[in-house]
Amino acid sequence: MRSSSKKIDPSVHVLVPKHEVLSVEEAFKVLKELGIGPEQLPWMRASDPMARTINAKPGDIVKITRKSPIVGELVVYRYVVSG
Amino acid sequence: MINDADKEYLEQALSRLSGKIPSSIILKLRDSIVNSQIEITREEIDKIMEMVMKDYLSSLVHPGEAIGVVAAQSIGEPGTQMTLRTFHFAGVRELNVTLGLPRLIEIVDARKVPSTPMMTIYLNPEYAKDRDMALDVARRIEYTRVEHVVETVNLDVGGMGIILKLDPVLLKDKGLTTEDVEKVIKKLKMGDYRVENPDEYTIAIYFENMDTVTGLFKIREKILSTKIKGVKGIKRAIIRKKGDEYVIITDGSNLEGVLGVKGVDVSRIETNNLHEVESVLGVEAARELITREIKRVLEEQGLDVDIRHIELVSDIMTRTGEVRQIGRHGVTGEKTSVLARAAFEVTVKHLLDAAARGDMEEFKGVVENIIIGQPIKLGTGMVELLMRPANR
Repeated sequence: MRSSSKKIDPSVHVLVPKHEVLSVEEAFKVLKELGIGPEQLPWMRASDPMARTINAKPGDIVKITRKSPIVGELVVYRYVVSG
Repeated sequence: MINDADKEYLEQALSRLSGKIPSSIILKLRDSIVNSQIEITREEIDKIMEMVMKDYLSSLVHPGEAIGVVAAQSIGEPGTQMTLRTFHFAGVRELNVTLGLPRLIEIVDARKVPSTPMMTIYLNPEYAKDRDMALDVARRIEYTRVEHVVETVNLDVGGMGIILKLDPVLLKDKGLTTEDVEKVIKKLKMGDYRVENPDEYTIAIYFENMDTVTGLFKIREKILSTKIKGVKGIKRAIIRKKGDEYVIITDGSNLEGVLGVKGVDVSRIETNNLHEVESVLGVEAARELITREIKRVLEEQGLDVDIRHIELVSDIMTRTGEVRQIGRHGVTGEKTSVLARAAFEVTVKHLLDAAARGDMEEFKGVVENIIIGQPIKLGTGMVELLMRPANR
């Protein structure tokens, strides 16, 4: 039915929160603030549809801004791993 | 109520809090100060901010708190009151939906396919208001094969032919005509044949070079299983009014396929298949779906479980970037500690494998420390005393 060339953009969906790749400086700042190594963050595969949409490569840290019913806006980070 | 002159002061005070406390609390705080019955002065604003901050910090979870155990109890205890009945009629007469305990187990086990896959498809505004337009989309989604519109199939062994008699009612229901069916059949590669139409709803196909009856049977199966239209995996599509728009509810789920159908609102489409959402929308969407589905199942049974416990479950399930089940093949099975794994399921296998590999036990977790009778690293057990003899 659907041709493979016509990929839909997952970021328009209501279930998908905002994703953005952090620059190296920002990533270091975040890790320092949290006092952990990058692999201690939750992970995200480089093959994940959203990782591909924002062009995140293994080793990057992705900032995710969720809309939560209890705290309003909630920022979490995921470490992009290969796979 | 505050003075106009103090408004800016309030904003400044609130902006100092942002980043320290959640934005929803700041919004509520601003609302209640501005709408308060009594007049609030600058000193009182400062005092309020201080008290809110203190209150917020004292209600945070303490370091070392066993939140996993608390979450397990908070979901497990109300779970004992859930009905074991699998099927529930969720508003749609024709569809059964698994809810209650079986569905909860299905979610935390992260089954590849739910026992009752289901989608709720919202439509673009130009399709959503009109019943016929919605029906048209539903027909394009529903997976229809030749056998779904056929009343009888006869084999003419003498003339080496297959006679299909179509059901007019079914054809009308699916929005098809005899020509549509004929067109699909003609696209098949079947060798030399000629097609006759003795009457409006009959298609007769006669083969020239067919020598065996077995070949005829094979062709019959091929014709009957030919797809006329629709998205694979969608067994039925029903339209239903929701608010002031029509939505399509389907039996069967195929997120990727349905997303390509014209008229479907891509941003609101829903499915209960976790793995489809994970592969099409990503792990964050899957996390959100796990939370929503568990919450819905519990709420539907009249159980009120705090969403933080459910979010902990979904966070753990999606931690490694893919959906893992809570169990032997997922979260528990990937624990580093041998004793913790052995304490859960298939004890002997884990102990033997660990012995063969020469694994180390580091005694960092809870289970393994309980097994050998050491204090666990939780709560006050988390901290250790450090003595510096040189400073004496």
